[in-house]
Amino acid sequence: MTTVDINIDSKTYPAKSRAGEHQAIADFTLSLNPGEFVCLVGPSGCGKTTLLNIIAGLDNDYQGRISVGQQYASPKIGYVFQNPRLLPWRTVRENIELVLPDATDPAYLDALFDVMQLSHVQHAYPERLSLGMSRRVAIIRAFAVNPDVLLMDEPFVSLDAPTARQVRELLITLWRQRPHTVLFVTHDLREAIALADRLVFLSAAPMWVVSEIDVTIARNEREDEAKVEAFRQRLLNDYPAIKTLL
Amino acid sequence: MQKTLTRKLIPGAASLSVLVFLGLWQILAMVLHSSNLPLPENVARVFWQACVSGELPYHLGVTLLRLVVSFVIAMSLGCAIGILLGRHKKLDAFFDNWLVIFLNVPALVTIILCYVWFGLVESAAILAVVINKLPNVVVTVREGTRTLDQDLLEMARCYRFGKRKTFVHVIWPQLHPFVMAATRSGLALIWKIILVVELLGRSNGMGYQLHLFFQMFDVAGIFAYTIAFVSVIQLFEVLVLKPLDKKSQRWRR
Repeated sequence: MTTVDINIDSKTYPAKSRAGEHQAIADFTLSLNPGEFVCLVGPSGCGKTTLLNIIAGLDNDYQGRISVGQQYASPKIGYVFQNPRLLPWRTVRENIELVLPDATDPAYLDALFDVMQLSHVQHAYPERLSLGMSRRVAIIRAFAVNPDVLLMDEPFVSLDAPTARQVRELLITLWRQRPHTVLFVTHDLREAIALADRLVFLSAAPMWVVSEIDVTIARNEREDEAKVEAFRQRLLNDYPAIKTLL
Repeated sequence: MQKTLTRKLIPGAASLSVLVFLGLWQILAMVLHSSNLPLPENVARVFWQACVSGELPYHLGVTLLRLVVSFVIAMSLGCAIGILLGRHKKLDAFFDNWLVIFLNVPALVTIILCYVWFGLVESAAILAVVINKLPNVVVTVREGTRTLDQDLLEMARCYRFGKRKTFVHVIWPQLHPFVMAATRSGLALIWKIILVVELLGRSNGMGYQLHLFFQMFDVAGIFAYTIAFVSVIQLFEVLVLKPLDKKSQRWRR
């Protein structure tokens, strides 16, 4: 695995009938270390999804460059969208097989289903799944492609608290087995602290990096809500500016 | 419970409605007592004789062959053009007027023009049918293409599905209902047009036969041929289209 460097000088949306030209991102620089879990925290509408779409190669209309290692290349992407975006007419397993090379060993997939505790629904159609389960399938799909960067766009939004916690724990279990570089977007600071190695705080549009803070809680203490809460309080005291970004 | 009950009732209801229809026909024919409305049994006899003599199977076969050929051409061309127009706004803006024109040219006009320009030959007959059907397929499939789910297309791009995989697994399943709609309306439209094409310029097929019956005021013959044809189309619906529908919809709750 290699470092991924993201440099976006500018991203603007052209003027529409009534609204003028909108600059979404300005002078954005972020470097992702191999196997690092980075959470992007910022106000809604600040351009986080725009950023992820640029990294994913879905949006090529910007100034700047994304590089993997030393080369200018588009990174291999695993993307967990806000909605699971599974193909409803393919079974859960087929959905994931579609993103893999044809010759993939079935055992590889079995192991992924096993970790995410979805082996029992792999032959069901996605419409039969609950939202939490669909999100887990989307997470499997993103890990399955062995990505350079794993993008996650608020994947736990609109889950109830216990389900969100369960999916979060499963995600971390999977990630510790397969430590891919993760870029995780959220506006929930507690969630970000529980997950991230590093927090990146973003400004309102045009978006740029306000500050970067390493999370110093040990991995095995992350599910202790008191520790997360204490870290959050200290953060808000030390960096009062952050409050305006939440 | 409700569902299984309706499912059990439907075949019964269907055969009952056929019986009622035959009964009404029988009564009406007996009351009118005219050669213009033959009794069901007369039609059955004519039907049987035409079958045994091989006349009906031959003409029916010829017409069905024309139907299959023109249907396949119209559907595959129509799907291709429809997807293209649905995906490319500029092409669509350019060809939209053409489509409206072709949609509104009367079938008879295209048939006559094809015969005048290309002669009374088989290819002219097929071409006339295709031209009549093509715009409908294009318009239906174009509508389907416009409603494609952008989220899923993005997902396919991001996971590098490539063109073939994207088409087979993302685009086609979404177009399927539209293609089925075009198929159903297409079959009904095409076979009506084929009969006119045959009547005007071919020396075999259902249309040609019906023309003969018309000249001899042979209403029983007309009935026998019509029933044969409608039955074939109905069989196709039950044996091919319905199972296809069922298979493609199995993922729905």
